[in-house]
Amino acid sequence: MNKEEIFDKIADLIADRFEVNKDKIGPELNFKTDLDADSIDFVEFVLEMEDTFSSEIPDEEAEKLTTVQQAVDYVYNNL
Amino acid sequence: MSTLMQGKKIVVMGVANSRSIAWGCARALEENGAEVIYTYQNDRMKKSLTRTVGEDKSMVACDVADDDNVTKAFEEIHEKHGNIDGVIHAVAFADKETLEGGVLNTKRDGYRMAQDISSYSLIAVSRAASRIMNEGGSIATLTYFGSTRAIPNYNMMGIAKAALESSVRYLARDLGPQKIRVNSISAGAMKTLAVTGIKEHSKLLQLSRDLTVDGNEVTLEEIGNVATFLMSPLSTGVTGDIIYVDKGVHLS
Ligand SMILES: NC(=O)c1ccc[n+]([C@@H]2O[C@H](COP(=O)([O-])OP(=O)(O)OC[C@H]3O[C@@H](n4cnc5c(N)ncnc54)[C@H](O)[C@@H]3O)[C@@H](O)[C@H]2O)c1
Repeated sequence: MNKEEIFDKIADLIADRFEVNKDKIGPELNFKTDLDADSIDFVEFVLEMEDTFSSEIPDEEAEKLTTVQQAVDYVYNNL
Repeated sequence: MSTLMQGKKIVVMGVANSRSIAWGCARALEENGAEVIYTYQNDRMKKSLTRTVGEDKSMVACDVADDDNVTKAFEEIHEKHGNIDGVIHAVAFADKETLEGGVLNTKRDGYRMAQDISSYSLIAVSRAASRIMNEGGSIATLTYFGSTRAIPNYNMMGIAKAALESSVRYLARDLGPQKIRVNSISAGAMKTLAVTGIKEHSKLLQLSRDLTVDGNEVTLEEIGNVATFLMSPLSTGVTGDIIYVDKGVHLS
């Protein structure tokens, strides 16, 4: 999967989970400050990413993900 | 589709998202023809429950921290659906501080909360559910073998699970005359929302995976199938028991 495809899938997940318009989701979107998300939302979002990309994201790594771009890069480098 | 559970109404408590063990149980029950009634803790959980199971499913609010809430939930279920045939109790909670602090540092409040939500709740639920349950009904809860072994970092939850398993045996006696069975499934570790509260849970999950008989983690479907068996007439001779559905991890 290339980075555009990964971005597209992550944007789909965010749009669905956080009820935001997909067009408004850019690489710099910050999970902690730009979304109306609590800690459960974030854990569930990470679980959904794991399901989507059939890979495991350890907590220590998940905690470091604050922007969409970081999530894309993480998936790209660890798939 | 199998017709094993045709005409049976089963209440499933504890679906938070698509990783929830309760969701594995609900899917297997529905695949075998059961009608599933879902309960959720609060509005926050209702949102993700709806996302997981779909809007057309029957859902009732039930926060097990409150007895009135439990009683009302089962009254509401009775009004809407009549008598039920079973309950899957897949609910547990301990606060992060208690879980991470080690058993030695457990405070009274943390202990009480974990026991209340993870163990007492089965008693409250069994009482309310048995009032509206048909003869031949079945109650099943979810446990983990940290109840009898001291698994690193499972801590307070292991103590709560020990109490839960004991409750299962006594409830099985109390409800026997009513022809209602009570059992527990001891599930292998899998990554769910609840597990992320445990310190170093990635290690716990890895350890568990390494100890399975074939190196593969148990699946939600496998747990769901055993839950369905326990809800079905195929298991009328089984009560007060713990069935391990963990791909052999408990053998080690
Ligand atoms: N995941 C595992 O490795 C594992 C292994 C063995 C047993 N279990 C047990 O399985 C059960 C289900 O957990 P899970 O792993 O599917 O995690 P989960 O996070 O998906 O489910 C836990 C559920 O408990 C509910 N809950 C918590 N407090 C509540 C309250 N006050 N009132 C009503 N509901 C409440 C939550 O809403 C959630 O739906 C738990 O009893 C857990 O201990 C889990």
